[in-house]
Amino acid sequence: MADGRGHTLTPTASQTVGPFFHLGLDWLFSSAVADPDAPGTHLTVRGRVLDGERKPVSDALVELWQADPEGAYAVPGRAPSPGFRGYARVPTDELGAFEFSTVKPGRVAAPGGGLQAPHALVHVFMRGLLRPLVTRLYFADERANADDPVLAAVPASRRETLLAVPRPWASDVFEWNIVLQGPGETVFFDG
Amino acid sequence: MAADLVYRPLPPGTQPEYLHTPYNSTHKRAPLQAPLGLPRTLSELTGPVISPERVPANAADLTRQGAADPLGERIVVGGRVLDEDGRPLRRTLVEIWQCNAAGRYRHPKDTHDAPLDPNFRGSGQAMTDDDGRYCFISIKPGAYPWRNHHNAWRPAHIHFSLFGPAFVTRLVTQMYFPGDPLLAFDPIFNSVSDAKARDRLIAEFDWDATTPEWALGYRFDIVLRGSAATPFEEPRGG
Repeated sequence: MADGRGHTLTPTASQTVGPFFHLGLDWLFSSAVADPDAPGTHLTVRGRVLDGERKPVSDALVELWQADPEGAYAVPGRAPSPGFRGYARVPTDELGAFEFSTVKPGRVAAPGGGLQAPHALVHVFMRGLLRPLVTRLYFADERANADDPVLAAVPASRRETLLAVPRPWASDVFEWNIVLQGPGETVFFDG
Repeated sequence: MAADLVYRPLPPGTQPEYLHTPYNSTHKRAPLQAPLGLPRTLSELTGPVISPERVPANAADLTRQGAADPLGERIVVGGRVLDEDGRPLRRTLVEIWQCNAAGRYRHPKDTHDAPLDPNFRGSGQAMTDDDGRYCFISIKPGAYPWRNHHNAWRPAHIHFSLFGPAFVTRLVTQMYFPGDPLLAFDPIFNSVSDAKARDRLIAEFDWDATTPEWALGYRFDIVLRGSAATPFEEPRGG
């Protein structure tokens, strides 16, 4: 309709974020998905972004979106959970490392009834990616993973690429690497 | 409300593929496995909303970030942010960044032998208004060399970043300038195989935004994925 021919408009094409995105995007850089005083189980998610040669990607941008401990998203029209932001954006460092401080997300409704396992959505941008990578982060120690409809649709052999693993000596620190290409390639979503 | 958005499949060729051989940086960074279909749960259909109060005052005027005017050709870049039905996306954040008129980014990793401009940082933010309009004042960015291939030069461009109403509407793109002879040779621009979709990355010269004795105007409309559902429409997956 909008182009006058009864057609809908085609979404604008994506282009790479390039190597210099810090210049325009740093004003929202923060690793805090939730502030230290926010209600919930506090944890840290950290990992590295690795390319097809297992080299660290030092010029990636990682964005995370998740629900609060009650399974509610921080959207307008809803009283925000105190200290909970739900979104954070960080660049990787020279070692390809990134880190988020957050609270364990609650369970969110699944289509057709039921609940999803606790998870976060992640966008990855970088030079060499003409459009962002989209993935999901789950928690390896979470029993609800067994019932999650999105995980169930991922081939079993690749499911662990979506699981952040608690450190044996610090169970509030979860490790999760994003492997762009090749063996152990992270599961990405599209469409 | 974001959760009421519906999404149509993207027309083929209107978005770049991850692996685009002429663009060398894709070779070790593009996934080899086909992506899985993105679910459409509340997680994907909501997204971060940056409130207008967080945007600094005058953040849309990139010529007022230094002690004096930056060097270069002053430009006004504006347009509308729309959904797939052409409806305006209101109070959504638009972030931009660019190099200076000499083709140099104010960034520690930009080693191009061109001068920095002490009066130009090269980043800005704006919120769309009730008609989905945004407007930036800046200077025209220069072309600059990159090492993708012999004698490789990026056409002049401005980087854009938008959230829209949902996780799935997130867009990072680049706006180009009409008539740039470098466009035909740029692997990044040409990664969009559909010619019409590619050409929509080129701003239109805009007489209406051109201001006498002051600045040239360019118009760049941006369409984000999805459209508002109506009660008569079944939600469609993508």
